[in-house]
Amino acid sequence: MTYKQRIDGRGFDETRPIEAKVGVIQRADGSAMFKIGNTWAYAAVYGPRNLHPKFLQDPQKGILRCNYNMMPFSSSGERVRPGGSRRSKEISFVTEKALLPVLNLDEYPNSVVDVFIELPQTEAGSRCAGICAASMALADAGLEMKDLVCAVSVGKVADKLLVDLDYSEESYPDGHVADIPIAVMPNSEKITLLQMDGEVKKEELMKLLEMGKKACMDIYEIQKKALKEKYHEVDV
Amino acid sequence: MSNIMVKDKEISVPGETLAVGMDVLPGIGAYREGEKIIAKRLGLASIEGRTIKLIPLSGRYTPKTYDTIICKVIDVGFNGWRLDTNSAYSAMMSMKDATSEFIARGANLTQYYDLGDHIVCKIVNVTSQKLIDVTMKGPGLRKLKGGRIIEVDPNKVPRIIGKQGSMVTMIKDAAKCNIVVGQNGLIWIEGEPLNELLAIQSIRKIEKESHLSGLTEKIKEYLEKNGKAKE
Repeated sequence: MTYKQRIDGRGFDETRPIEAKVGVIQRADGSAMFKIGNTWAYAAVYGPRNLHPKFLQDPQKGILRCNYNMMPFSSSGERVRPGGSRRSKEISFVTEKALLPVLNLDEYPNSVVDVFIELPQTEAGSRCAGICAASMALADAGLEMKDLVCAVSVGKVADKLLVDLDYSEESYPDGHVADIPIAVMPNSEKITLLQMDGEVKKEELMKLLEMGKKACMDIYEIQKKALKEKYHEVDV
Repeated sequence: MSNIMVKDKEISVPGETLAVGMDVLPGIGAYREGEKIIAKRLGLASIEGRTIKLIPLSGRYTPKTYDTIICKVIDVGFNGWRLDTNSAYSAMMSMKDATSEFIARGANLTQYYDLGDHIVCKIVNVTSQKLIDVTMKGPGLRKLKGGRIIEVDPNKVPRIIGKQGSMVTMIKDAAKCNIVVGQNGLIWIEGEPLNELLAIQSIRKIEKESHLSGLTEKIKEYLEKNGKAKE
């Protein structure tokens, strides 16, 4: 069985249409929105702020806390049960690990930076959208960062290697599917998130990583533009 | 030969290369990696001679020595007060630094500063663990009675104060209010209710338009127009 053409007609190495905006939540210290196709992520950053309970405090550096949450009617299938789940806990954890390599919280001992990622609408690739939004929101919050983080999913559907799988591809019925979300620091091209669902050959994985990095560079440009646009008028 | 890749006052995002070459130096908010000077936060690139630094545009207040800030009393202990500084860390004010009055042994400290009181104080020391010591000995440092407190972006405080306090003096005169601006983004305003409102509105306007040039003129115009309407 071959997968000749993508359902929405885009190229195999093309992402869904992306829209990004910074400063969408007024009360937060930093916030951003990242839409990729029908997956929408909003991220709000609060802090550095006082951390309680006290035993969580680290006197060496500040800590990062991420919270990933899919809203109850966000997905196309069943209603998601509100509140945390095993899945959301895992994604919160990997998001934190994907963002930590760029953040420098040495200046904020005993404090916390909270990142809340809310997804009002999802159609695959939600953790990647969440990471993209969160990295913009962290930059907007004025925190010290080495780089931004860009994330996209790559994968294999039947015999084709693809970038940014949507739901119909992730659940492609007649054939082999592998879904690999990755996050990249665009300037050093280092990878901060790499997960895999399904199986691919080693050579294919290498090829996919290259395709993913390329897509991340495009996402990086969009993120950069969105960040600069918020302060557009400053550029007088 | 070095190559500066940004214009003066251009917005830079974290990770962006600002310049290449060994004869340019990274200032605050930038770092060097090999030949490159890279931004480490979101800010306005500012080129001063051979150094490139970033002027922050956003972010919470970070306590600095010698800053005059407005604090709220959150706890009263045996020998001092704990204060909320509108940052991630609380400050400590010892009895010795609080007043020149004689305080008897075992006195109830709430008679000087009670829970919920706002005070203007000065930071004397910030440790690496961000323990903050403040004092109230100095001109203008006092307890704030009456009036109201508003919160603004701490990065815009210099704009609100203006050169040698020109902006805030202008608002004080036009709105006939007493105003104290804390470096931590808290501002105390006291006056007639309508005048207070005018002062708040003009401060909000400064906050919104802080990036535009000729701001002083604009605010002057605004104060003249709206000040008259209220009389």
